[in-house]
Amino acid sequence: MEHLAAGRTADVRIAGLTKNYAGAVTAMADVDLTIPSGEFVAVVGASGCGKSTLLRILAGFEQPSAGVVEVGGTPVTGPGPDRGVVFQDYGLFPWLSVRENVGYGPARKKLPKAEVAAITDRFIAAVGLTRFAGKYPAQLSGGMQQRVAIARVLANDPSLLLMDEPFGALDALTRSDLQAELKRIHVDTRTTVVFVTHSIEEAVFLADRVVVMTGGAAHGVPGHISRIVPVELADRDVTSPPFNEVKREIAELVHTVPEPV
Amino acid sequence: MTTSTVPVEAAAPTVPVPPARRRRGRLRTVLLGLPVPLLFLLLWHVGRENAWELPFGIRMGFLPYPADVARGLANYAFGTRDDAFSNLLWEDLPASALRVLSGFALATLVAVPLGVLMGRFSTAHALFDPMINLFRPIPATAWVPLVALLIGYGDQASIFLITLSAFFPVVLGTISGARQVPERLLEAARMLGTSGVGTLLRVVLPAAAPAIVNGMRVGLGLSWVILVLSETTGVPTGLGSTIFLARDVVQTDQIVVGMICIAVAGFLSDRLLMLLFRVLFRDRPLIK
Repeated sequence: MEHLAAGRTADVRIAGLTKNYAGAVTAMADVDLTIPSGEFVAVVGASGCGKSTLLRILAGFEQPSAGVVEVGGTPVTGPGPDRGVVFQDYGLFPWLSVRENVGYGPARKKLPKAEVAAITDRFIAAVGLTRFAGKYPAQLSGGMQQRVAIARVLANDPSLLLMDEPFGALDALTRSDLQAELKRIHVDTRTTVVFVTHSIEEAVFLADRVVVMTGGAAHGVPGHISRIVPVELADRDVTSPPFNEVKREIAELVHTVPEPV
Repeated sequence: MTTSTVPVEAAAPTVPVPPARRRRGRLRTVLLGLPVPLLFLLLWHVGRENAWELPFGIRMGFLPYPADVARGLANYAFGTRDDAFSNLLWEDLPASALRVLSGFALATLVAVPLGVLMGRFSTAHALFDPMINLFRPIPATAWVPLVALLIGYGDQASIFLITLSAFFPVVLGTISGARQVPERLLEAARMLGTSGVGTLLRVVLPAAAPAIVNGMRVGLGLSWVILVLSETTGVPTGLGSTIFLARDVVQTDQIVVGMICIAVAGFLSDRLLMLLFRVLFRDRPLIK
């Protein structure tokens, strides 16, 4: 697979973020999070703690009820090509081939055709799908479809990569392949990543920092950040004792039931 | 690294059916399709010979023989017996096909954009839905007298009635297709930098394609139904007008010939429409 050149990158500033849904309790309150450019942040937490909502607000799919959300110093007002989103269910266009899916973003930027083709080829090669460029999504396995989805957002040169449980629907083997590949891509591009996951092991393996969220409507406490754990392991061997120590620490935080207000 | 190092997890396995078995399967379908129509033709012949009286007061003595119809068809197409209907098929068919095509194309041109807007925007839906529900239950037959007064008889009236009838299935199909576009695809398009109008063209339209195509097929079929009605009076050429001419001169075999021609034309036009989509989309999974 080809190496990628460094891409754009941006810092993220979230302050006092609150999200209410009409007629429901507050889903998330007082979330503060600052992410420097190029950092890989994983967000973990039990279901309903608001980690996906946080990601969707960063993507611009949902609006915050209160608070500041800035990417690269610009307030987020809606979805845009500077923030690429990778969904758990891929979200590929079924009627477009792999090549057309990956070239979709560059083509929207009205780049010359030759440049769109060059970018497309580069990112298809980066995820190792050159032989499958003419296939349609339904002809590919889940792991291959998710590679296409990753290539599709990278081709857009986003400054922030938002990933919502991207490997959650994949089998264990494919999952660890893609984790290693994502890590390599991040080393190359240095794009800021916010990665939401259920898997603590995945979070510790990938991230520079792990954001642990708790609470949520089910607990009677709005979702909030309980702790941010820096992962300072030089070697991310998932079987090593230090790795498992970090994993255990985070697992305890995730499973601590917050006190109802 | 090369691409060959990428693990390829079972990419959409399709079990190939051996061609011999597939051919046998097709042969079986063809053979099973024969007995019932053959029995029908036989009963028709015997019934005509013995002038059977069937329920609904059907007097089979008034029917032509199947063989007469076959002869009438040959005459209609190739002028085998020099009468008023000789060779007329090649005037009637293009005239009727052009009316159907014009009316259907006009209906599609209006119905698809309107349906996309109504399916995606509640304001558009609220604006146009009452009108559609008001006009949809009015059968085309009921329009005929008014159209005769407003437009008169002729091609324009005929095409108007076809447009009116083909419009509803196409617009309803498009609305339901546009409504069922997965939200995820719209999100994906927006985060990749698609504008508002862009999502309609690049996501809603292709995602709704199967429902639009279904609506168009129903609309095209209905166009042929309405064609006969729209040619009842005053249109000199056409498959429908020939049926009514044959009735006026009491030539029953020609009536049945006209019926058969319309059925075949309707069937072929549906096939042509599907062929057109296949040529346009090739193997792109748009209509599945």
